[in-house]
Amino acid sequence: MTTNALTSKSSTSGRAGDKIFSGAALGAGVLILITLFAVAVFLLIQALPTFMADPADISGGAGFLSYIWPIVVGTVIAAAIALLIATPVGLGVALFISHFAPRRIAGPLGYVIDLLAAIPSVIYGAWGYMVLAPALVPGYDWLARNLGFIPIFEGPASQTGKTMLTAGIVLAVMVLPIITSLSREIFLQTPKLHEEAALALGATRWEMITTAVLPFARPGIISATMLGLGRALGETMAVALVLSTGNLIPSLIKSGNQTIAAEIALNFPEAFGLRLAELIAAGLVLFLITLVVNMIARAIIARHKEFSGAN
Amino acid sequence: MAKRIDVNDLNVYYSKFRAVEGVSINIEPKSVTAFIGPSGCGKSTFLRTLNRMHEVIPGGRVEGEVLLDGDNLYGPGVDPVTVRSQIGMVFQRPNPFPTMSIKDNVLAGVKLNGKKISKSDADALVEKSLRGANLWNEVKDRLDKPGSGLSGGQQQRLCIARTIAVKPDVILMDEPCSALDPISTLAIEDLINELKNDYTVVIVTHNMQQAARVSDRTAFFNIAGTGKPGKLIEFNDTATIFSNPEQKATEDYVSGRFG
Repeated sequence: MTTNALTSKSSTSGRAGDKIFSGAALGAGVLILITLFAVAVFLLIQALPTFMADPADISGGAGFLSYIWPIVVGTVIAAAIALLIATPVGLGVALFISHFAPRRIAGPLGYVIDLLAAIPSVIYGAWGYMVLAPALVPGYDWLARNLGFIPIFEGPASQTGKTMLTAGIVLAVMVLPIITSLSREIFLQTPKLHEEAALALGATRWEMITTAVLPFARPGIISATMLGLGRALGETMAVALVLSTGNLIPSLIKSGNQTIAAEIALNFPEAFGLRLAELIAAGLVLFLITLVVNMIARAIIARHKEFSGAN
Repeated sequence: MAKRIDVNDLNVYYSKFRAVEGVSINIEPKSVTAFIGPSGCGKSTFLRTLNRMHEVIPGGRVEGEVLLDGDNLYGPGVDPVTVRSQIGMVFQRPNPFPTMSIKDNVLAGVKLNGKKISKSDADALVEKSLRGANLWNEVKDRLDKPGSGLSGGQQQRLCIARTIAVKPDVILMDEPCSALDPISTLAIEDLINELKNDYTVVIVTHNMQQAARVSDRTAFFNIAGTGKPGKLIEFNDTATIFSNPEQKATEDYVSGRFG
């Protein structure tokens, strides 16, 4: 019998590392799925009493939907304001650091931006409520006087400044470092080849950015924005401190409105029984919102797969 | 179209390091000029100074002058953006924009600087440029597909189409075939021969047979040692460089005795 010389040797040494690595990677992947699943199950079970209860017993006395609806809208508005401000500013700062700033400035500036992400949200909340809110009051008065015919700027403006717009601005500042850091890293990864291709065609620096850098970074920008959105949707402390809560109203410069995360944070300590189940159900809704938003983002990225340059 | 280039005593620096020293060369319009020489001899660096692309690298600067039909590229108030739109460049590795379709790749340079182009003009220009790059027949049915789906040789011809679409006076090529297989290389070489009818072509190549096949004139660059600047050793008709060079170093290099 002849033995195949290729079958021996290789099977023993050097393969242990492969096995350990693939096992660890698989384990980590499975762990994430289990955690997510466990969270979902926990929320579902704990929230169940809310859905079975008599609508009259739910806060507000008109059933869970009419309880949750205003704070869902509030959550989305706060996050939307935050992203509307933070995305353009964040991308601008990231582009400045990656392609415009001299290297001496770019390094420290990037470092400072990264530090912003490490500040606890309570600090942002305190700053928003003690410094930013009072400072914005004159601005809100001006908006109410001059643009009051637009429902979102309807007066009279809050005299404490603790409004939805203030909360959105504070959230924007909190989200900014996430969007900036991630998109900066992606902008820096733009292949030199593509940048040079654009420049060699006679592109200005800005045209080079729009033809080579931004299209290449598109999926990354979407991911960065989604991570920022995640933080904005789930932020509790800052909103709880900054926003003077109330019923859902269209005006962003009056006190009123509420977000899910802040609603949970403010009421959780004293909640028991059905109220507790209600808050957990609100948490479940927030979980679902995040899930849907992320799926939409994935779909947007996948739609342009063919042109991503990955092929 | 097709302008001449005259370089007078050009020194190229990266910060303090002098990469290329004292090059003077006259490049005729509607001709193919090849730059040959060992790695690191500064021929690519020198090529990039001909459309100010070396300035993209931090610290890159020059002393001396480069005249395009008598106009100094480095004169005061000259915008590198204008220079590059008149002197196009094809790179070592094919670099079509991955997020753009074949058609948009061809039009990428044309749409720069806020220029508008009507759809019928755009279609005509795409066809003309792709025909000019010998690529039309291979891609005419998939102009809306991504350029990155083409083979390496096709991608490189797409890059050439993109370059000629902006109607430059000069086309610079930095080792355009070094990442391609022999058949694609042949296609590009045929193309260079045709481009010569309308453009001034300057090509850097490591492949001496290629220089001999495609060029009218050949410049040999060399370097005295690591850390020393590259110099132009000899510039002459290609036939002379390869059969009867004046300099010993050139003869050693083209006969394969060194480098």
